[in-house]
Amino acid sequence: MSTITGQAAVQPDLQDILDRYPDAGRDALIPLLQEVQEMHGYLSREAIARIGEHLHLPASKIYGVATFYNQFRFLPLGRYHIQVCRGTACHVKGSLGVLDAVRQDLGLEPGKTTRDGLFSLEVVACIGACGLAPVICINGEFHANLTPQKVRRILDELREEVENEE
Amino acid sequence: MLTIEVNNRKIEAKSGEMLLDTLKRNGITVPTLCHMENLFPTGACRMCVVEVEGERALVPSCAYPVRDGMKVQTHSPRALRARKTIIELLLANHPDDCLYCVRSGHCDLQGLANELGVRERRYSGGKNEYHVDSSNPSIVRDPAKCILCGKCVRVCEEVQAVAAIDFVGRGSKTMVGTAFSEGLNVSSCINCGQCIMVCPTGALREQSYIKEVLNAIADPGKLVVVQHAPSVSVTLGEEFGLKPGADVDGMLVAALRRLGFDRVFDTSFSADLTIMEEASELAHRIRTGGKLPMMTSCSPGWIKFVEEFYPEMLDNLSTCKSPQQMMGAVIKSFFAEREGIAPDKIFSVAIMPCVAKKFEAGRPEHSRNGIPDIDAVLTTRELARVIRMRGMDLQSLTPEHADTPFGERSTAGKIFGASGGVMEAAIRTAYHLLTGDELPGLKVEAIRGFDGRKEAKLEINGTPIGVAVVSGLQNARQLLEEIRNGRDDIHFIEVMTCPGGCIAGGGQPLNANPDAIRARMQALYTIDRDEPVRTSHGNPSIQRLYTEFLGEPLGEKSHHLLHTHYAKREVMV
Ligand code: SF4
Ligand code: SF4
Ligand code: SF4
Ligand code: FES
Ligand code: FES
Repeated sequence: MSTITGQAAVQPDLQDILDRYPDAGRDALIPLLQEVQEMHGYLSREAIARIGEHLHLPASKIYGVATFYNQFRFLPLGRYHIQVCRGTACHVKGSLGVLDAVRQDLGLEPGKTTRDGLFSLEVVACIGACGLAPVICINGEFHANLTPQKVRRILDELREEVENEE
Repeated sequence: MLTIEVNNRKIEAKSGEMLLDTLKRNGITVPTLCHMENLFPTGACRMCVVEVEGERALVPSCAYPVRDGMKVQTHSPRALRARKTIIELLLANHPDDCLYCVRSGHCDLQGLANELGVRERRYSGGKNEYHVDSSNPSIVRDPAKCILCGKCVRVCEEVQAVAAIDFVGRGSKTMVGTAFSEGLNVSSCINCGQCIMVCPTGALREQSYIKEVLNAIADPGKLVVVQHAPSVSVTLGEEFGLKPGADVDGMLVAALRRLGFDRVFDTSFSADLTIMEEASELAHRIRTGGKLPMMTSCSPGWIKFVEEFYPEMLDNLSTCKSPQQMMGAVIKSFFAEREGIAPDKIFSVAIMPCVAKKFEAGRPEHSRNGIPDIDAVLTTRELARVIRMRGMDLQSLTPEHADTPFGERSTAGKIFGASGGVMEAAIRTAYHLLTGDELPGLKVEAIRGFDGRKEAKLEINGTPIGVAVVSGLQNARQLLEEIRNGRDDIHFIEVMTCPGGCIAGGGQPLNANPDAIRARMQALYTIDRDEPVRTSHGNPSIQRLYTEFLGEPLGEKSHHLLHTHYAKREVMV
């Protein structure tokens, strides 16, 4: 069985990142969270606890700050990580419909991951492919000129892919 | 002294203070929603706005320093309109639940809506879908009724040094929650209920066990016994219009009998028992070079705090159970035997000033053979509700005495209800244990009163003994840090989770001002001054319990029934 992205059994050690912020205080919180998310794909309970210890901040505070920003997620990425662009160009070309289609089809809110770990959803600002608007990006691969119908078909294909493996 | 003019009258102000404080002292009430006594103002709610001459905008009086000669209008049409609008906006996404809300009648939001003449819904906001968090055995959170004033967050972090909760999310989705928005039961919350005490609405309330208690009373197969904590008799009266500090002990006992409790016991009795064990433990630790400083263990919020934040100091905690749990243990052992009744036929209720006691009763250490020593805990507020439900007029009841064998107390057990009381009671008995004499004057003045930290140096038999009393866990944390950093002149520490002690516990009557809390404390010391039996070792019922059943303090039976151990707790802190 293939491992699910971001759910590797052993997490890369945070210590390397924390070491780069010796004696840090609250100011370092956001950059630290960003680096950790970059490394793990999300902010785990363990990561938040360790960051809290390092910065002498309570976990509730870190979680509070992190939820203030849309960029942070608290669940591991799915095997298929779907980024829906909500930049201006995509918006004009109907990205809201695309987003709603994904949401409904997967029963998933942005920032969340399906229970089976297959799909995760993220809303992003312009990803620099405005010529292809509206655009979504799945595991780094762009899908262009989407409509709600098209995006549903893509999701079905991904599901089939998984079923065929089993 | 400065002079300022308020509503066209001159009043005196102290330089450096905030306008709101000046107004309060001069009997001018400006409503507040986010203001907290003794904490830095945040200016979050703007409910306290007033007009100041020369300022174009209204100013929040809680965060506005007084200036000599300033002119203020506190209730001008403009100020009133602004306040009313704030309430109307808060109500825009508030559930119209007053009829069903436990806070109704004590709710600041409801009170202000009424005072300011809000008679219709002027704004309608989108309502978020919230779920009530009733995961915690002590506290229920209903975010739909939260107005985001931030007081619970601040009390939890700044007064209790716990920080279990914070603002989560942003914009219209903001709410108060725990790390990872998990249930309060798995968070670092220590169940103190101080957040309930500061909440201006019904967003926070105690987990109620009234139904369980009434069902047990109605069950003919159960012997229902009740104990009431030392502080309850000096606070319950407030719920029935008596002035703060009125001692309603005898009426409380009468009311409990009328409610149908089969036996009424006094937790101050088991407070005396706690002192016998705890003073002996202290003397033993001092004599044998045991772990010092010894720290008291009767406040369950504090215990959980040590388990979470200072696990390396768990051995400093006294092994004594709290008075509630000691009483629970002797009820379902000695008393059960004496009455010839099986422990599982007894339903044991505790009336407490505290919501953490509900959590404590459910701790696995406090069950024997699968039977909990305490079956249900009601707060002072819940008891008042039951008394009202039964249509009883507390004041007209003829005072009665509590039942034997656990109804007789010393005043040492009674002062447990105030910060410093446990320490003083313990010193009285430890002194006796170590010298054979009574402590001169039976009084340790330095550890009485409201300071969050009190210390004293004593000498018993030529041995210097340092004692410290703290209440509010921020104060406890500071002291523990000093000890961590090597401070070693303290032998015994009393910690009460709630600032001022149980008289200000999370289960006490709401909306008490500092004067009321002072009066509650005073009442306990008056009882102590006026009664003859002032030491736990001098309580004849305690002596009898040792002769007939327990043997001696720290003996085999005590060890088994009255002592316990705590362990490190894994939560996100
Ligand atoms: S919190 Fe206050 S205003 Fe809201 S429903 Fe309860 S009593 Fe009414
Ligand atoms: S009960 Fe105490 S510890 Fe728990 S959230 Fe409220 S204030 Fe914090
Ligand atoms: S729960 Fe109560 S105290 Fe806490 S923010 Fe909401 S209204 Fe204020
Ligand atoms: S707006 Fe979507 S790619 Fe630029
Ligand atoms: S009480 Fe002054 S701003 Fe809230």
